[in-house]
Amino acid sequence: MKKLIAAFLLSVAPAVALAAGGGAHLDSANVDLRDKASLQRGAKLFADYCMGCHGLKYARYERVGNDLGMTPDEVKNQLMVAGGKIGDLMKSAMAAADGEKYFGTVVPDLTLATRLRGEDWVYTYLRSFYADEKRPLGVNNIVFPDVGMPHVLAELQGVQKAVFKEEKDKDGNPHKVFQKFEQVTPGKLSPGEYDSAMRDLTAYLSYMGEPMKLERQSLGIKVMLFLVLFLVLAYFLKKEYWKDVH
Amino acid sequence: MATQETNTTGLLGWIDERFPLTKVWNEHLAQYYAPKNFNFWYYFGSLAMLVLVLQIVTGIWLAMNYKPSAEDAFASVEFIMRDVDWGWLIRYLHSTGASAFFVVVYLHMFRGLMYGSYRKPRELLWIIGMVIYVAMMATAFFGYLLPWGQMSYWGAQVIVNLFASIPFGIGEPLSTWIRGDYVISDVTLNRFFAFHFLVPFILAALVFVHIVALHKVGSNNPDGIEIKKGPKGNRWSPDAPADGIPFHPYYSVKDIVGVVGFFILFLAVVFFLPDFFGYFIERPNFEPANPLKTPVHIAPVWYFTPFYAMLRAVPSFAGTQVWGVLVMGAALVILFFLPWLDRSPVKSIRYKGPIFKVAIAIFVVSFVVLGYLGTQPSTPIATLMAQIFTALYFLFFLLMPVYSKLDKTKPVPERVTQ
Repeated sequence: MKKLIAAFLLSVAPAVALAAGGGAHLDSANVDLRDKASLQRGAKLFADYCMGCHGLKYARYERVGNDLGMTPDEVKNQLMVAGGKIGDLMKSAMAAADGEKYFGTVVPDLTLATRLRGEDWVYTYLRSFYADEKRPLGVNNIVFPDVGMPHVLAELQGVQKAVFKEEKDKDGNPHKVFQKFEQVTPGKLSPGEYDSAMRDLTAYLSYMGEPMKLERQSLGIKVMLFLVLFLVLAYFLKKEYWKDVH
Repeated sequence: MATQETNTTGLLGWIDERFPLTKVWNEHLAQYYAPKNFNFWYYFGSLAMLVLVLQIVTGIWLAMNYKPSAEDAFASVEFIMRDVDWGWLIRYLHSTGASAFFVVVYLHMFRGLMYGSYRKPRELLWIIGMVIYVAMMATAFFGYLLPWGQMSYWGAQVIVNLFASIPFGIGEPLSTWIRGDYVISDVTLNRFFAFHFLVPFILAALVFVHIVALHKVGSNNPDGIEIKKGPKGNRWSPDAPADGIPFHPYYSVKDIVGVVGFFILFLAVVFFLPDFFGYFIERPNFEPANPLKTPVHIAPVWYFTPFYAMLRAVPSFAGTQVWGVLVMGAALVILFFLPWLDRSPVKSIRYKGPIFKVAIAIFVVSFVVLGYLGTQPSTPIATLMAQIFTALYFLFFLLMPVYSKLDKTKPVPERVTQ
């Protein structure tokens, strides 16, 4: 039996090997989808700062309100910045062609941002803008170099600059390695408050990526309990039938 | 046979006079005698059938809301995930089911390899099984385009471009004919959807043929002994093989245990890890297909990666890349010839000698390593590894006529062992 198990494990090993992520170091987002207050704060941040350009076009206001524990009025007043009906899809106010004209690139829809990039990436990205006069909008981002978007959250975070260290790679060519951020001008929020706000925003986007995640997990536990019980019964049923096979 | 084949009274009698219902039931279930020594590995045949049914049923329900057009496909999948009642569950069952289908079929094939289930008189059974495997691969390939994500799009682009490597001016027009366009487009999506819907029913018909062939020759077993050639007479019939037991109720009841065990693992993935670390649903597929933006790293889904690694391992030669495609095709074709490559006097690994055991271990390692390499970006070292393991994969088959004859086998018992 040990051999069989070993053979089975061997056959599924490639699937278990973790997908490797490259690029910059990512901070752990550590979001809690059960914390509805955090999700609501994230939703408001998104409506106030992001939705002018980025849509959540696969989601509907009404569903989000229900899932986050907001009344229809709260949804209308706080989330529906562009008006419309509560059953509408959460499209951005900006036309796609305009986005391309303003930023030189298609402005992505963010419904699935956390599933495409990962929660940690989104959380780190939101905190990694730094002043860079070489860029047309004066900002750059460590995890998304030469990003096309401005730092719309600068009024909350303030402006930070990135400190790089010169290092030589194995061929002796100098290249810059990111060390840390230094605050240049303060924002409305302290660094701790800003991190916390970005955690809320990431949590909201994580909810957006898979709104049924909590439902899926809680149903999953019930299904597992049922199946384990069923397995015991099935095993004894088999044993009973097989008593006379020698 | 002493048992009654036809009822003459009641509803069953009425049916039996017009359709051989009781006869079919008896011949294929209640009086189909399977060897009594099936082990763990014998669950995967019935499980493969279960997954096929699951895929067809969930697939039909998905098709009720899916829209096979470049404009709407991606959004319609998200509509299913968000707005259709239980749509997320149906979709995760289907996406996880695709991978589960290959897991159980690979284990089912490995069982055949271990116990010599392809040997005479089961050569045709093996070949029908191989046709099923190829049909599965085609279905999976067509289906993977449908979500219309980046990986769907570029994966299909890479695979269809394989046909373009065929020389003599055939390749380019052939690949254009397959796509119906110069690139993967709305036209391609439409036809892939049509085939993705059609092929599973052909697959179901092939499974029927597979079982007809199985019941003609009878099931093999972990000892590789023909129970039909052994002594006759058991508790149920004086003519039945002594080592056989009726499939129903013995194996039908046993398979319930297998089904529940399988569902525990399968549904654990569906409910707790539906992406399976990006292997069952790849991250780039959460971005809609964009013909102008090639992803940094294109990898097919895990069940194709061993063959993909072989494809990439073969360098272009004489101005064409067709050799990699040929090697990949040969890796599949050679499996069809397995019944005639094995010259061992015994069927089962239990009575085969050390050479076969080492060879099959090398084969499994090669397949798994190739599978891993196929998911990774290619580097010189990875390519060299892929070349070595591709060679080992083929040597397992090509040298089999020699080593299976040389191998020191053990004597096979008269009767099956428990």
